[in-house]
Amino acid sequence: MDIPYTVAVRRDTGLTNGKIGIWLFLASEVMLFGALFASYILMRVGATSWPRGDMFLDVPLATLNTIVLIASSVTMVMAWASLMRRRFGTFRIYMGATILFGLVFLVVKYFEYSHHIHLGELPSTNNFLAIYFTLTGLHGLHVIGGMVVNAYFWGPGAKLWKTNPTWFTNRVEHSGLFWHFVDLVWIFLFPTLYLL
Amino acid sequence: MTDKVVVAPKPHAEHAIHHEELGFWRKYVFSTDHKVIGIQYAVTGLLFLLFGFCLMMLMRWQLAYPGAPLPLIGSLFGEARMPGGTMLPEFYNELGAMHGTIMVFLGVVPLAVGGFGNFVLPLQIGAPDMAFPKINMVSYWCLFLGGITMLGSFFVPGGAAQSGWTSYTPLAVIAGTGQTWWLIGMIFLITSSLLGAVNFITTTIQLRAKGLTFMRFPFFCWAQFVTAFLLLLAFPPLEAAGVMQLMDRIAGTSFFLPSGLVVSGQALTNAGGGNPLLWQHLFWFLAHPEVYVLILPGMGIVAEIIANNTRKPLWGYRSMVYSLVFLGFMSFIVWAHHMFMTGMGTAMAAFFQTTTMIISIPSVVILTALIISLWGGSIRYNTPMLFAVAFLPMFGIGGLTGLPLGLNISDIPLHDTYYVIAHFHYVVAPGTIFALMAGIYYWYPKATGRKMNETLGKIHFVGSFICMNVIFMPMFIIGMAGVSRRLFDAGTAYAFAQPTMHWNAVSSWGAWTLAVFQIPFIFNFFWSLWKGETVGENPWQATTIEWSAPSPPPHGNFVGAPEAYRGPYEYSVPGAARDFVPQYEA
Amino acid sequence: MSDHAADMTSDHEVDIDKHVRIYITVFVALMVLTIITVAIARFHLPVPIAVTVALLVATVKGSLVACYFMHLISEKKLIYAVLAVTGAFFIALIALPLFTHSDGFWIH
Repeated sequence: MDIPYTVAVRRDTGLTNGKIGIWLFLASEVMLFGALFASYILMRVGATSWPRGDMFLDVPLATLNTIVLIASSVTMVMAWASLMRRRFGTFRIYMGATILFGLVFLVVKYFEYSHHIHLGELPSTNNFLAIYFTLTGLHGLHVIGGMVVNAYFWGPGAKLWKTNPTWFTNRVEHSGLFWHFVDLVWIFLFPTLYLL
Repeated sequence: MTDKVVVAPKPHAEHAIHHEELGFWRKYVFSTDHKVIGIQYAVTGLLFLLFGFCLMMLMRWQLAYPGAPLPLIGSLFGEARMPGGTMLPEFYNELGAMHGTIMVFLGVVPLAVGGFGNFVLPLQIGAPDMAFPKINMVSYWCLFLGGITMLGSFFVPGGAAQSGWTSYTPLAVIAGTGQTWWLIGMIFLITSSLLGAVNFITTTIQLRAKGLTFMRFPFFCWAQFVTAFLLLLAFPPLEAAGVMQLMDRIAGTSFFLPSGLVVSGQALTNAGGGNPLLWQHLFWFLAHPEVYVLILPGMGIVAEIIANNTRKPLWGYRSMVYSLVFLGFMSFIVWAHHMFMTGMGTAMAAFFQTTTMIISIPSVVILTALIISLWGGSIRYNTPMLFAVAFLPMFGIGGLTGLPLGLNISDIPLHDTYYVIAHFHYVVAPGTIFALMAGIYYWYPKATGRKMNETLGKIHFVGSFICMNVIFMPMFIIGMAGVSRRLFDAGTAYAFAQPTMHWNAVSSWGAWTLAVFQIPFIFNFFWSLWKGETVGENPWQATTIEWSAPSPPPHGNFVGAPEAYRGPYEYSVPGAARDFVPQYEA
Repeated sequence: MSDHAADMTSDHEVDIDKHVRIYITVFVALMVLTIITVAIARFHLPVPIAVTVALLVATVKGSLVACYFMHLISEKKLIYAVLAVTGAFFIALIALPLFTHSDGFWIH
């Protein structure tokens, strides 16, 4: 039994099931991170005092991380574009770069976290650190999740390219949408936590 | 039962190759077929409804006879919970918190959305399955894991969650281990609902049959569609809040803990600076749309059954659809009517009471349209119809009694009293659960190929209807007398509660009698699997697409792709050969 | 950007070339905006102004990612509808509790 519109679009919506599915999922993620941002705002507005980001956080390191994540977004969309151009080898390179950039991001975050812990700056220390760890922690989990999916498409999942290249291209596109969303969240997270 | 070998020839050549026989585990346990998953959800939901009911029946002993030892089974609960068979307050709170949690998240939603939605929706839109069958399977197993976690929490030191189903902070933060398990369980359940919502929305939009435009959808499909959006967008903030409460409990953060808290004479050592109101905002942001998640599928079911058993189209279909969508949208901006007593200023109180009053309008439109639909109908009083018609006044009472709660001033004496309990139970118990019972009697033949016994059904109905009212009507009286909810001693300590205390025993006996009247239903459910009257595709002479599939439908549902040629409720069409013209007949 | 089955003609390749040029342009813009937002932060502007500027820059950056990397600028109406509804509730989630705070009690 075949489910229609997995690869071909449905005429009246112009969309595949997967495209709708991933956007719906991203909508729910907007609400998830939105709740945390709302909490940040309420906590800050209600607080008697609130530290500026650079009091606790390493701005240059995070700027580097921002550049790394944005670069990974470019390589991600280039990976998809390579598949659209039917250049599988180039896809592999760009996807690999995306995963690598993700890894760099996580390594930098690891150094940031361990530095805080070393200094006794824990989530329990104050509410700024609490929301910082929670927001960046949840974001980090999403980075890991995205990397796992990307690694699947770089590795074992890539055999779908041989049997159904259009479907494979679409799935990479959907994975890319998730990855771009993770980048988007960071684009807001970075100034909110580090610069304000 | 659903994966019988497909006998009829399929139009496409590719299907001929597809049919490998799946093993037992892939066919019945880890199935990706929406019908199997729907039944898994439904059975799980029914079992948890029964369990939640049992928790409440225990509570009702304490409420009827506060401090009295429970005869016969009292000793089963151990010295930590019922020393000498007498209920401890902690146990009462455990029962209360878990009764609410289980009924809402493990009972009603899995049955109404996971069960009915999964089983009926693809059939009703003429689809071979859901858009994402594997994700569908994963969503069920997330629910299962959440259920196991919630059940397991009863066995941890200190017992299960005891801070209300609402888990208000700071109490929930300082509570025992069971609360952590509650939070983890909720994360599984929320994930299950989110995955399900993505599936339902995509399926409804993309996999509907040719000719099935949105305004030709059965109302049930619209109801599930809007419900899915509520789940998709309202649940994530609670997931975030749950993570934050976990952080407060495990990592020592103070998201929800204000400064200066003193517990049992000892000051807490946390950093403070947090706000319990933040938890309330995030919780109710979900929990208000959640109550519409609880009612909308029921309204959908009732609409189908009323149209079918009046042999008339639904009155005001368009208004009902617009109301449904408007209601879904409004449900996101009324939540703080649960928080009128938290010290918000008059401007915000005015805002929320205004939106709350506005949201009552679409509810009334839908209810009125359903009532008017009965007018002039050739009414058939079978068991589904009895439950569906009873839903109407019961939901009416529940809805109307919500109005004084939704107005800031009248909420002051009623907030957190038994009045609230009566209000929401009227909507969910003789409201939604009656609709779900109606749905079970109605779609059982489609799922099993057999009808349930009518006599047993009618006994089930009459007994349940009377008992539901016996249980909940007195609670309005108790509540208006000022008796608070969640009181372990039912108000014994308060002088103003004494005149209405006797009603507690009335409610309790109503509850225990209600249990007895479920026995014919449970017996009927299983007996009919073997001995029920066998039926063909369309035992109710209905018009919607699911009734064109075999009973039960095979894997893939239909022989050839169905097409919709007209609206969903073409009953008693002048000049037609029969009193109904199915949507799927050319 | 369409997902049509087996639609990999040379026209599509030209299409992709144009998109690749856009991706590079957007990347450069994002880099510049990142440097700008970090540079402005060093001025330690008063909080309300700092917040406004930072959020403005972030919104521009985010819009570039959404419109061009996520192809939102040429997406279908259905997706726009879903995102519009989501956006409305996102705003409600932030704004309404915030108004509740400024209009009454708050617990510290």
